[in-house]
Parts: sequence; C-alpha cells; structure tokens
Amino acid sequence: MAILDRIKPDFLKSRNISTGPFRQMFNYSRIWRWAMLLTALVTLLPLVLITTLDYQVTRKSIESEHLLRTLRVGSNAKRTISYFLSERVSALSFIVRAKTYEELNDPDELAALLQNLRESFGGFVDLGVIDNSGVQTAYAGPYALQGKDYSDQEWCKEVRDKGFFISDVFLGFRKVPHLVISVRHTRPDGSCYILRTAIETQKFNEILTALELSGRGDAFLINRQGVIQTPTRYQKAIFEKIPYQVPEFSEHTEIREDTNPEGQPVIICSAYIPDSPYILIILKHKNDMMQSWNQTRIKLIGFLAISITVILLAIFAFTTYFVNNMYLADERRLMTLHEMEYSNKLASIGRLAAGVAHEINNPLAIINEKAGLIKDLFTYTDSYSADTRIMGLIDSVLSSVERCGIITKRLLGFARHMEGTLESISIGNIISEVLGFLHKEAEYRNISVMVNLDPTIPEFTSDRGKLQQILLNIVNNAFAAMAIGGRLKIDARKDNAGQISVSIADNGCGMTEEELGKIYEPFYSTKTKTGGTGLGLSITYGLVQDLGGRIKVASKKGEGTTFTIVLPLQPPTTTGK
Amino acid sequence: MRILLVDDETEFVATLAERLSLRSMAVDYATTAQEALALIEEHAYDLAVLDMKMPGTSGLELQSTLKERCPAMKFIFLTGHGSETDYITGSSEASSYLVKPVAIDILIAKIKEALGKW
Repeated sequence: MAILDRIKPDFLKSRNISTGPFRQMFNYSRIWRWAMLLTALVTLLPLVLITTLDYQVTRKSIESEHLLRTLRVGSNAKRTISYFLSERVSALSFIVRAKTYEELNDPDELAALLQNLRESFGGFVDLGVIDNSGVQTAYAGPYALQGKDYSDQEWCKEVRDKGFFISDVFLGFRKVPHLVISVRHTRPDGSCYILRTAIETQKFNEILTALELSGRGDAFLINRQGVIQTPTRYQKAIFEKIPYQVPEFSEHTEIREDTNPEGQPVIICSAYIPDSPYILIILKHKNDMMQSWNQTRIKLIGFLAISITVILLAIFAFTTYFVNNMYLADERRLMTLHEMEYSNKLASIGRLAAGVAHEINNPLAIINEKAGLIKDLFTYTDSYSADTRIMGLIDSVLSSVERCGIITKRLLGFARHMEGTLESISIGNIISEVLGFLHKEAEYRNISVMVNLDPTIPEFTSDRGKLQQILLNIVNNAFAAMAIGGRLKIDARKDNAGQISVSIADNGCGMTEEELGKIYEPFYSTKTKTGGTGLGLSITYGLVQDLGGRIKVASKKGEGTTFTIVLPLQPPTTTGK
Repeated sequence: MRILLVDDETEFVATLAERLSLRSMAVDYATTAQEALALIEEHAYDLAVLDMKMPGTSGLELQSTLKERCPAMKFIFLTGHGSETDYITGSSEASSYLVKPVAIDILIAKIKEALGKW
C-alpha cells in the first residue's frame, strides 16, 4: 500500500475542496479518466479494426490458398488415374483390333500377349477371351478359368452394351484387391467377343500415396456407393463404406467442407474418374491445413497485445503527467490565493492593531503624565514623599502604564513589519518578541520556555516580519501540541557553514511518519476541529524559502517535535520584493 | 533655557509642562500650531517637543515653520503612532522620536542630549 501511495499521482490523493470561495478549477480525477478513455479509444480503435481486418483477410487468403492447392492436387490425381485406366483400355482395344479371334484363342499367342502387357504396362494379372455366349474360350494367367461361363454376370451384359467395362475393385481368388477391364470387339461376321483382363490395384495405390498431403491428409478411391476401393491412411479399411455423404456427380473436381465422425471440420475434395465407377477422394483436416495460419494468428494477436500494452502504458504515463501538472498548477494558484487572503488578513489585523495602539497611546500618555505629576507633587512635598504606600500605589500605576505602552508598541511593531523590508536583525530580539506574544499563555498553562542563545551569532540581514511570522507559527504549533506543564526549548546557534540555525523543540504529542509527510501540504491540519486552517506550516515553509533558508522537522509520536530553521546571513536578492 | 511643548491633547501637554516646570525648566505649551506660532513671537525657545499628528497640521510642517523663525531651535517628536524608527523620513532636524507614553526620565535625557548641556 505504501508503494502504491508513493506512485499515486497527487490529484488522486487530494481531498476535493468543495466549499469556500477557493475551489479547484476542475475535477482532475474525472479529467484524467476521460482523457485516458478517449485517448485510448482514438488510438486503439483503428489499431484493433485494422488488425481484425488483416486477421480476416489473411485467414481467408491462407484458407483459399490451401483449398486451391488441394483442388489442384485432386485434379492432377484425377487425370493420372483416368489416364492409367484409359491407357489399359486402349491397350486391350489395340489387341482386339490387331489380332484375329483365332489368334487370340491360341494359348501361346495369348500367353505372349499377356507377357508383353506385363512388361509394357505392368499390373496385368491375366488375359482371357470370352465368346459371344459368355464362355471364356481362352485364358492366360495363374488360374484355371478356361471354360468359365460369365454369361449371367452383370458386367458381361454391360460390356456388350457399352463396348468396354471397368469393374469395382474386388478381392477375387487370390484375395488380392484387383479390378477387371473388359473390351468388346465385333468380328467381320457380326458376332462379337470380349477380351478381359484383371489388373492389380497396386499401381493405383502408388499414384495415391505419391500425393503430397500434409498432416492427416488422405487420398483414396470410392465407388459410386461410397465403398472404399483403395487402402487409406486414416480412414476405414478397404471395402468399407466412408462415413461421409457420397459426392454428387460433377464433371469437375469439387471441394466441400464437412465434419468427421469426431465432429472435427474436414475438407473433402472429390473428382469423378471418367468412364469408371471410381470417385477420387482427397480428405484433409481443416485444423492441419490451417496450421500455418495458427502461427501467423499467434504472431498477429501477440503483436496486437504488445501494441495495446505499450500504447496504454504511454497513454497512462502522458495523461497522468499532464493532468498532474495541471493539478499542481491549480494547487499553486489556490495556494497563492490563500496566501494573499492570509496576507490581507494579517495586514487588516496589523492596521487594526496600529489603530487601536494609537488610540490607546494618547489616553495612556495622559494617565502616565497625570500619575507622574501626582508622584512629582508628592516627591516635592515633604509630608508625602515619606509615605511609602502612596508612592507604591503611584509607582504601580506608572508600571502598569509602562506595560500597556510595551504592548501597544509591540502591536505597532507587528503592523509595521507586515510590509516586508530587509533590515539588520538580532535573532535574540526576534525570539523575545515572539515569546512576548505568548508569555501569558505560557504562564496560564505552566509551560516552561528555555532559550539558549549562542553569543557569537552576529546581527544579520533579513525580513523581520517574515521571520517573526515563521517563529510565531512554529511556537504556536508547539504550544498547541503541548499539554499543561510542557517544555519548550529554543536553541539558536551559528553553524559551521556560517548560517544561523534555530531549533524549536517541544515535548508535545508528536506526529506519525504519515502525518510528518503531509505537514507542509496546504489545507492539511490535525486541528481542523479547533479552527486550524492547515495553512500555517505551508506558509511557514514558503516564508523560510523566501528568506533563502531551509526548514527541517523531526518528530516521534508521543514524545515531541523539533523544527530546525537554517537561515543565511544574507538573504537571496529576490527577498523583500 | 526655554522649552515649547506642542500637542493637541491639552490634558497631556499641560501635565507634562507642569512636570517639567517642577524640574526647574522654563516651559510653555500650545495645543495648536497657531498658539505655538504666537508663543514663539513672545519668547525665544531653545527646544520644541512636537506631536507628530495634530488637527490641521503635522509635527513636521510645524517644525519647518518654526525652523524658519528660529534656525537654532532643536526638536523632539512625540507620537502615538509607532516605534521610534517609524518616522525617520529624512528630516535630520529632529533630535529624537519618542513614542507615547514616554517616561519623564527618558524625555529629560533626550532634552539634555539635544541641547548638549545640563
């Protein structure tokens, strides 16, 4: 709390003066809050808007770039697979055109063709010739399929209608995934036959696995029913159905967003492979795809956060500095007004005192002369001169007149010194004058006053009125702090630096550290209930500075307070203006 | 040795005159400037004790007039207005400035000092 109090700006610590003719010009706390808020709004709003805009644009740009790239990969893969299939269909078509039905039914010829196909294209498992009735009349390959009747199979009808047929991927006898390609050829006599081959899907898989897909990306084929045709890396096993909706037919490569069974967003790129039952599927996790965006996003948010922090700190520092300076200027204005009011009051009191003293001095002079005359008459008359009682009474009247005279002279002196002029001063005299004002109070409250004067102190030049006021304020405060029977000790000496040091020590109630830190603040008073204005020490501080001196204070709660004033032998040149 | 007292407070000036007379001094008193000027026509005074403020005139003005008539005359000022140094206005003619009420012994000492004898 103590550190917080120390760094807290002055205007936040101030007690608002809401009454009296001298108010602060503004509510500085409110000005500070509004200045902070508006400046922050004006500076941060554009920053936040631009960053948000940039955030959105960058995110969209990165997202569309990724989608475009996936689309491009999809299109390329579609072309490669399509070319792979059409290449094999064309190879079969070439064979049926180049060879006669009879040649193809020659087992050696067929075996030689199969061998050529394997060496030229790869992936060919077997080769068979199926006659018009659907019976395999010739076969080259690892299985004993010669004479097998395919007439009741769906694909057999389809190839007769369409001219060629590409089957779904299936396991077959060897339990190895493969597909079948069949082409029909019509002989010159009008009858037709089918050349059929089984192809391993290994080549497909190689094409698909060669695709560069980041993260958990996957590329595979499905058939029109959504059954997986090639192995997948992260999806279900081959021949299982994909957990997504089968894409609608389109001649172009399409891309769409979906959610996987775990509820995570995925990007699905699909392409129908022409003249085949296959649909190419490229599946990517959106989060993986946007990973580069995440890094950019963290940088962007970090930049925004740092910028906002720096701007807010700068706004806080500048606003606090300027508002505090305004506040301090206003405080100085108020202080000056109060000082003027205080000076005016003192001047009024001075004028009043001078008037009263003058009015009293004349009748006092008459009393003095009349009593003096009585004494003279008695002195010069032998019968009365020996009357000690009468002489004592007259002396008493004259002594009282003398006392009154001293009081009126002091009042006149007080009034005169309000004007502020430099003169040669004896510190001992000033202390005596000040104590003279409080002599009666000290007697009534049984306060003992000890004055210890260093005889080597020379007379020095200063403003008598200001010095009187400084000492009067401090001694007054000391009297207020002391209980009945208190002790006041005044020490005046010449210090090593050739300056005059006056210390005033009381054994009064003392002050806490916190109170000690505020005593020179204007309007701070512990005597508000008994009429303290909180200006005495503040003005004292200003007056000591005017005289080119310093004021120090040491205090302990419950033990007492010591004020020390150090004054130069020559005041600064500005004093006494 | 003749002394002139001028003060508008009759009670004061009359009593002071009587007290100085009792001390074997030749003393006259006036309560106005006119009376003072009239008295100066009749007697030669060595010293005048003047009040600083009187109705219609000031002690300093009266001092100038008296000085014209009697250049050798010495002056002591009395005032109810301030301390001894209040009225040092450059007039070197005044020997002393005393604030009322003043003890008779001090006044006599000042008179002696001004006249440089007794």
